[in-house]
Amino acid sequence: MSFAMPDLIPVMPEIAVLAMACVVLLADLFLKDEQRNVSYYLAQLTLLIGLLLTLNLANEGSRLSFGDSVINDQMATLLKSFIFIVTAIGFVYSRRYLKERGIFKGEYYVLGLFGVLGMMVMVSSYSFLTLYLGLELLSLSQYALVAFNRDSSRASEAAMKYFVLGAIASGMLLYGMSILYGMSGSLDIIEVSNYLIRELDNDVALIFGLSFVIVGLAFKLGAVPFHMWLPDVYQGAPTSVTLYVGTAPKIAAFAIVMRLLVEGLGHLHGDWQGMLIILAVLSLTVGNFIAIAQTNIKRMLAYSTISHVGFLLLGILAGTSQGYAASMFYAIVYALTAAGAFGMILLLANKDFEAEELDDFKGLGERHPWFAFLMLLLMFSMAGVPLTVGFYAKLSVLSAVVRVELYWLAIYAVLMSVVGAYYYLRVIKLMYFDKPLTNQPISQQWDMNLVLSINGLLMLVLFFLPGGLMSLCIKAINF
Amino acid sequence: MIPLSYFLILGAVLFALSVAGIFLNRKNVIILLMCIELMLLAVNINFIAFSHYQGDLAGQVFVFFILTVAAAEAAIGLAILVVLFRNRSTINVQDLDEMKG
Repeated sequence: MSFAMPDLIPVMPEIAVLAMACVVLLADLFLKDEQRNVSYYLAQLTLLIGLLLTLNLANEGSRLSFGDSVINDQMATLLKSFIFIVTAIGFVYSRRYLKERGIFKGEYYVLGLFGVLGMMVMVSSYSFLTLYLGLELLSLSQYALVAFNRDSSRASEAAMKYFVLGAIASGMLLYGMSILYGMSGSLDIIEVSNYLIRELDNDVALIFGLSFVIVGLAFKLGAVPFHMWLPDVYQGAPTSVTLYVGTAPKIAAFAIVMRLLVEGLGHLHGDWQGMLIILAVLSLTVGNFIAIAQTNIKRMLAYSTISHVGFLLLGILAGTSQGYAASMFYAIVYALTAAGAFGMILLLANKDFEAEELDDFKGLGERHPWFAFLMLLLMFSMAGVPLTVGFYAKLSVLSAVVRVELYWLAIYAVLMSVVGAYYYLRVIKLMYFDKPLTNQPISQQWDMNLVLSINGLLMLVLFFLPGGLMSLCIKAINF
Repeated sequence: MIPLSYFLILGAVLFALSVAGIFLNRKNVIILLMCIELMLLAVNINFIAFSHYQGDLAGQVFVFFILTVAAAEAAIGLAILVVLFRNRSTINVQDLDEMKG
């Protein structure tokens, strides 16, 4: 038996990110505390290199490598690019916050980059093995990041909860995978799909495995009733980590749902559609109603995430390529919006002030009209108000659901987003119609102000010009 | 020859025990970590049994990866546990209730 060298071209971005993460890890050892910015710039450079290498592969077409366990296709290119962009935005926002709390360490960026590597492997995975490894690489980095502020009792509690529930999720997913492996006799997603085409009568054991896989995925996505970790992690983690956990990993989670359910188990669509409907309905209901009761904006955004996951599932469960493209668009737009919203919390935070209560946003319109306007755009986008891209994202998901004649589900989702509009608009009311509680100056940094402004205005721009991103999503779905 | 179903039942029983352990245990976080470990090992039994009966080695390779990841996971879990104990001076599951709602 001879050893065949695997085709390394499709995994060039992963190799580059891995190498650079190790460089950051090593270089950081030799830096003094006041030189820590070097690690930051190296991390940003890594993301830029990864982005360029990924875009360089954009026109290669679908390419498999490592014994069909890794794929590089249009979907991988698009989602990876946005993972890089969103992570880079997050790093820009969190620099000052980290410095003020004495956790501006090289390890933060090393863990962040390894998490990005995990997400890239997830997006490119084409067998159960790579999917699991990518998922664990991401999760382990996230557990450590959540506990990054060692002296915070809340952060360590959040990390413990996240760790235990995340490990259960991985266990469930693995159990489901083991059943599917036993039935189909292969770990490759393509082989599982072929097996399902051959075996026309659906076995009970397959459905058994499928339900475990769905439970595992729902845990990772944060869909109700598997959402218990999400609010605590969002609230307990340092805000910069909340930003990290709440944005790019959602894109990666969407990718593994696509790889597993659509590309692997697409022929069981009739079976998983019903399960996803239950998850989506519960997520929309619980997410939107409980968010109303929150006074902590990080916790509120956690429940809002849950409701957005409900919307994300709507597009997937429609089971048409239009629905998948709409969901992909939704995931990307959501990641960008959430990055902006958490960025705004990071902007308002000071050395001894977290700005994580809703009341801290009171009178922002008076204190700083421009940032208040950006926050208004971000909140409108989350609520799905026209003139912001959130409207277009919701509309395209809903039209996919209507197209497969699930009218009641579309109507229910609209009703629930009306409920959701209440708590987003409340933030706007607090900003413009209440008196400020503090008069602390907002610390200005040109890089953060610039990126935050672009991020906020993107909500407007993408509403008027959604065609480009949408056509990329549609192209990415046509595998 | 031992039938495949015996292995699967053993795997399922161990898996159910570990899930029950996680949800019923209200005392000690370390027991949670042990349950998580048991869960992954139950999955390993499934993989090895299927791999043997299918005559396909990929399942056993997967088990090696799961074992490795489980070790890394245990390391991170214990590290978080140490941080938690330093901040709280307790590792009682019931005391993990600072955040609610």
